[in-house]
Amino acid sequence: MIEIPYNVKPRQETGLYNAKLGIWLFLASEVMLFGGLFSAYVLLRVGSPVWPPGGEAQLNIPLATINTFNLILSSWTIVKSWIALKENDFKGFKTYMGITLLCSLIFLVIKYFEYSAKLHHGIFPSTDNFYGIYFTLTGLHGLHVIGGLIVNFYLWGPGKKMWKSEPERFTNRVEVSGLYWHFVDLVWIFLFPTLYLL
Amino acid sequence: MLFGFVLMMIMRWQLAYPDTPVPFIGGLLSEDKLLSPDMYNAFGAMHGTIMIFLGVVPILVGAFGNYVVPLQIGAPDMAFPKLNMASYWVYFVGGIVMFASFFMEGGPAASGWTMYPPLSIIAENGETVWLLGMVFLITSSLLGSMNIIVTIVQLRPEGLTWMRLPFFVWAQLVTSFLLVLAFPPLEAAAVLQIMDRIAETSFFMPSGLVVGGEVVDVAGGGSPLLWQHLFWFLAHPEVYVLILPGMGIVAEVVANNTRKPLWGYKALVYSVVFLGFMSFIVWAHHMFLTGMGQAMSAFFQTTTMIISIPSVIILSALLISLWGGSIRFNTPMLFALGWMPMFGIGGLTGLPLGLAPTDIPLHDTYYVIGHFHYVVAPGSIFAIFAGIYYWFPKMTGHKLNESLGKVHFYFSFIFMNGIFMPMFIQGLAGVSRRLADGGASYAHALEVLQWNEFMSYSAWFLGLAQIPFIINIVLTILKKRDENAERNPWKSTTIEWNAAPSPPIAHGNFDKELTVYRGPCEYSVPGANKDFSPQTEK
Ligand code: HEM
Ligand SMILES: [Cu+2]
Repeated sequence: MIEIPYNVKPRQETGLYNAKLGIWLFLASEVMLFGGLFSAYVLLRVGSPVWPPGGEAQLNIPLATINTFNLILSSWTIVKSWIALKENDFKGFKTYMGITLLCSLIFLVIKYFEYSAKLHHGIFPSTDNFYGIYFTLTGLHGLHVIGGLIVNFYLWGPGKKMWKSEPERFTNRVEVSGLYWHFVDLVWIFLFPTLYLL
Repeated sequence: MLFGFVLMMIMRWQLAYPDTPVPFIGGLLSEDKLLSPDMYNAFGAMHGTIMIFLGVVPILVGAFGNYVVPLQIGAPDMAFPKLNMASYWVYFVGGIVMFASFFMEGGPAASGWTMYPPLSIIAENGETVWLLGMVFLITSSLLGSMNIIVTIVQLRPEGLTWMRLPFFVWAQLVTSFLLVLAFPPLEAAAVLQIMDRIAETSFFMPSGLVVGGEVVDVAGGGSPLLWQHLFWFLAHPEVYVLILPGMGIVAEVVANNTRKPLWGYKALVYSVVFLGFMSFIVWAHHMFLTGMGQAMSAFFQTTTMIISIPSVIILSALLISLWGGSIRFNTPMLFALGWMPMFGIGGLTGLPLGLAPTDIPLHDTYYVIGHFHYVVAPGSIFAIFAGIYYWFPKMTGHKLNESLGKVHFYFSFIFMNGIFMPMFIQGLAGVSRRLADGGASYAHALEVLQWNEFMSYSAWFLGLAQIPFIINIVLTILKKRDENAERNPWKSTTIEWNAAPSPPIAHGNFDKELTVYRGPCEYSVPGANKDFSPQTEK
């Protein structure tokens, strides 16, 4: 039986191994997903005589700012964890990936406080379209964070066995997961000014 | 697929004999054995959804794409076998969710396969289930198409350059790109609509909407048109998802059975890629009636006219390929030949729809229904049949029975036209689509109403015409497995015929590493010792 080629090593012509091409395609589709939502936002905003329709938005800018830096930090640490693996430094990987996990947890906790404060003040997605799109966009982004958290936790915890058997493949996995994580980060960097500042 | 067809046959009863009890299965529907207008709507919506998202796409992309593509490019398997399984199971769940909606209180989704709000938002719960089902189906196609792209890009063996890929593979590649890029906006739209339904947001709900004499209690300020834009941004590329793999199959069958190279292979490839690009910027031709203004309308009319050029190139190239070939009229070839005029009719009738002045009176009439059924029913479905007859020996080691196949083809061909041709007549007379009584309550429709009965009979006979096909499949599958079955029964050049018939599903398709020496359709090469020169032979 013939093995599936380019599972680990890149194909010369394309310079990519299979999973890397896969994740790029996946991210392309994610761009379209959030692109669709952002265009919906733009159209709703343009179509509304005042924005937000209910007057002054009540979003917690300081908390969101903390979260922005928090995510940027985690993007950097996940790259560091990948570099550590490249340099055969498994300890370094554990540390940096650990920080990444911590950052994502903090992000979710802060988000939780933001949400519950809103609900507490009687602000729901149904209040008006501004809050509707706010909850939808940040909620969907939150789900992406949770997804990334699970995958990264798997790589950090139970999945690390692979480092022993197939180190190169494991490193690739971390790289792919990192690419995804950058994307999640990037979405937030668009979300933050769009929803909170503009 | 079969189920979708049954829904349609029941609907046609209602159209032919409004308010007459449905025979045989009427008892299942309601106590008085009638198909109520509500149920008619639901059946219509589910017919469209099932046929497109659970029928044609999974068969063309999921089945043929997954099975034939790795074989045709000489890959041992798909790039991500596990992802493939995941994609299948997600699809499976999506399918179950869709069917489950039939048992919901208030019935399944009933706002057409296009799910236009606000109707779809104030409707019964079946709608929510539809949206959830869609999210699953979309995810499944995403995973599947990513897999196909990676397989094609990464797993080609030595010597299989881009311009040596069989046309079918090209078609699948473009289709997969359409799926990857066009489906997510629908997913976004589905998420927004779910929010509208569950969290009572009003993304698609305008202010002051009155339903049943009362103003709907939502914040308002949303726009139903937003949904239409997001929906058609997907759904126009989607129609090419439905037809491109079909074109690919037809091209393979034509090259094989004319015993000569495809005419204009390169033109075909460039056309299909161009088609893929263009299909992203024509979507608003489904919305000329929304008062979009001159400039927008002019833009989308222009792009629509431009996109028909590559389609015409492809069809012409396939037709010219027939010229001077020594054609073998076997069943796959018959279906491929039947496909050509049918697709031609479908495409040509699309042109008047692409121009606002002619589309405005025709929009939402049976003319539109006729148009797209010509492209998807005899179009995609005939291509699917051609593919099944052509690759069946690949799957099982046995060809399907030719006589039964021919019976299947001729009757299907006749009755397909019997159903869809009169739709043009009715549509031009102004009969609207989605009317539970087929237009009987409109004076302008009365003159063409007699066609309803004719179309319904055609539909039922078309159902009967599938019996020889089903018998054929069952008989052939039951045949004993022939260990020494001939590998290349159609004497084809493409790589898939190098593998043993019915290779163990997935994993290790070929016995040895392959090297490719030539293009995909080198038939009757002057000086060669036989009339086909396989890609893997020097
Ligand atoms: C080749 C040139 C084509 C042109 C110019 C064209 C044009 C159009 C236009 C303008 C409409 C909208 C009509 C209306 O709602 O008033 C339409 C509807 C439709 N077309 Fe085409 N079309 C073409 C090919 C195709 C192909 C290849 C397919 C599918 C395989 C297809 C599938 C559909 C479907 C499904 C609809 C109806 C959607 C609905 O309202 O439910 N068309 N076409
Ligand atoms: Cu279209």
